[in-house]
Amino acid sequence: MGKTLFDKVWDSHVVDQLEDGPDILYIDKHLIHEVTSPQAFSALNDKDIPVFRPRQILATVDHNVPTLNQHLPIKDDLSRNQVAKLSDNCEEHDIELYGLGHPYQGIVHVIGPELGITQPGMTMVCGDSHTSTHGAFGSIAFGIGTSQVAQVFASQCLLVSKPKSMRITVDGELKNGVHPKDVILYIISQLGTDSGTGYFVEYAGEVFENMSMEGRMTVCNMSIEMGARGGMIAPDQTTYDYIEGREFAPSKAEWQQKLKYWKSLPSDPDASFDKEYSFDAAEISPMITYGTNPGMGIGIQEQIPSSQNESFKKSLEYMGFNHGDTLNNLPINYVFIGSCTNSRIEDFRVASAYIKGKKKAENVNALIVPGSQQVAKQIQDEGLGVVFEEAGFLIRQPGCSACLAMNDDKIPAGEYCVSTSNRNFEGRQGPGARTILASPLTAVAAAIEGKIVDITQL
Amino acid sequence: MEKFTRLEQTAIPLEIENVDTDQIIPARFLKATDREGFGENLFRDWRYDKNDKPISDFVLNNPTYAGPILVAGNNFGCGSSREHATWALADFGFKVVISSFFADIFKGNALNNGLLPIQVSDSQLETIFEAIIKNPNCEFIVDLVGQYIEIPSIDLQIDFEINSYKKTCLINGYDDIDYLINNKHKIIEFERKRNA
Repeated sequence: MGKTLFDKVWDSHVVDQLEDGPDILYIDKHLIHEVTSPQAFSALNDKDIPVFRPRQILATVDHNVPTLNQHLPIKDDLSRNQVAKLSDNCEEHDIELYGLGHPYQGIVHVIGPELGITQPGMTMVCGDSHTSTHGAFGSIAFGIGTSQVAQVFASQCLLVSKPKSMRITVDGELKNGVHPKDVILYIISQLGTDSGTGYFVEYAGEVFENMSMEGRMTVCNMSIEMGARGGMIAPDQTTYDYIEGREFAPSKAEWQQKLKYWKSLPSDPDASFDKEYSFDAAEISPMITYGTNPGMGIGIQEQIPSSQNESFKKSLEYMGFNHGDTLNNLPINYVFIGSCTNSRIEDFRVASAYIKGKKKAENVNALIVPGSQQVAKQIQDEGLGVVFEEAGFLIRQPGCSACLAMNDDKIPAGEYCVSTSNRNFEGRQGPGARTILASPLTAVAAAIEGKIVDITQL
Repeated sequence: MEKFTRLEQTAIPLEIENVDTDQIIPARFLKATDREGFGENLFRDWRYDKNDKPISDFVLNNPTYAGPILVAGNNFGCGSSREHATWALADFGFKVVISSFFADIFKGNALNNGLLPIQVSDSQLETIFEAIIKNPNCEFIVDLVGQYIEIPSIDLQIDFEINSYKKTCLINGYDDIDYLINNKHKIIEFERKRNA
């Protein structure tokens, strides 16, 4: 019987198998950041263990950095200390760090792909659940805890049981105004937040085949929001074209050799999956979330469903909504465009194309946070910065920012924020903040109108 | 890692589903560079109001319930991979979490820190919640060696699954890191073959 894309990559990285236990899985690339690494370095130091393969590790700062005045010392003592600790640790263990001020600094899941570090057929990990993003290239990429970060430091391997496989196929053509973010929010709303737990997902079908790499990253990024450790898309010409010529992409003879390998990766026609779902692209509309987990999503025109479940009711109460409400026309005061889900240049191109010549509604605070220094530069080079500024949007410096509100970029209690990020958990964007997840297009439209609107109906 | 074999204690019911790690420990408390003291901010925004006053109807503030066993609704620990969530639960004093479903990363983090996640069925979880609410002092026996939990007062015994490797680690207090280091020769051999 044939093998899936996931099987091919996984099986070729198994160093050893424990009887009735996990596999020893070899990790090609390990990405680290300031928040989930310090305790892992300490664990190593406590046991007097060296970092085994420092050249396979890349560090950056993103979660806990300010998005203003990055050239100045960080004001918050704890944040400054945490960022400094990463510098010290990287220096001590000879690990490459793209710190503040470095032209490659940015959100870890934005810089890996844009530098050509992320490649098909690799295994990649990071102490961050959105590591699933890199699966867009046909790599096995997943988030790990800090104890596991220490394990990879020590051995370049992890002890992990092989997950089951799931394929989600979306065929047909997306309606105008429906973006990759809408596709993944739709899938999660249909399957639920725990549907993928224990599985690795492969996204297949015409919709993903026709999607750009940046769109594929948005989709794979949110695999974890349905519980799946990771999501993958088979590499194809779109993938190769994206990688070719990037800073750390293979070149010349190595490129030809890699290309041959990458072309062998897609799932065999007779491969079977433990679970399969399929959806029709025509059914997907611009999506919005109404609750406090990413599975609580509906089309903008749809009504909030009802449920007798206590957790569901608690969620609506937190958001200030009732079942039967429609979010279309809901007034909002905050818009956030950023995060590892939607902060790549394509997202900002979509946003600026829509707002060109328009002004944001007066009551709205609209924050633009590029995913990396390179994206920030592209925004200016392509003239998008002027468009955003003239429309009254604030452009900040790269980082995770208001996606998780570790720094000063917080949404005030009780306020609604239409956000291109990935989680609408209670307090995620600041204590009491109410997050409404949406695509970059829906988010900018909300900023201009001062309320939620269905872009396909304008 | 601390060893775990068996305990006989009471439990605290947290009847909420999809408890994500942002609730267990909000991001603004992740700025520390060591593992200590996270228990203070466990469930911070459910435990305390914006003036840092305890919210009386949150279960951890209810003196009726106590114990090192947390019984929680379906899909516990979803969301962020932050191991700080596990450290916060352990630092607060929890040794066992019982739920009808755990998110993957949380489950792995818990096992790596000697916090035992026990998965039961939806109906068993219902029965357990009812038992604690009816009698907050009802004792639980959690036996890792025998792989069962027992609530003698309602004559309930539930067997649970655990990977045999992880079971050995918990019982003996072994870390994965030790295992991996002892297998480094295999890892080096793997690298050599791949690069050949």
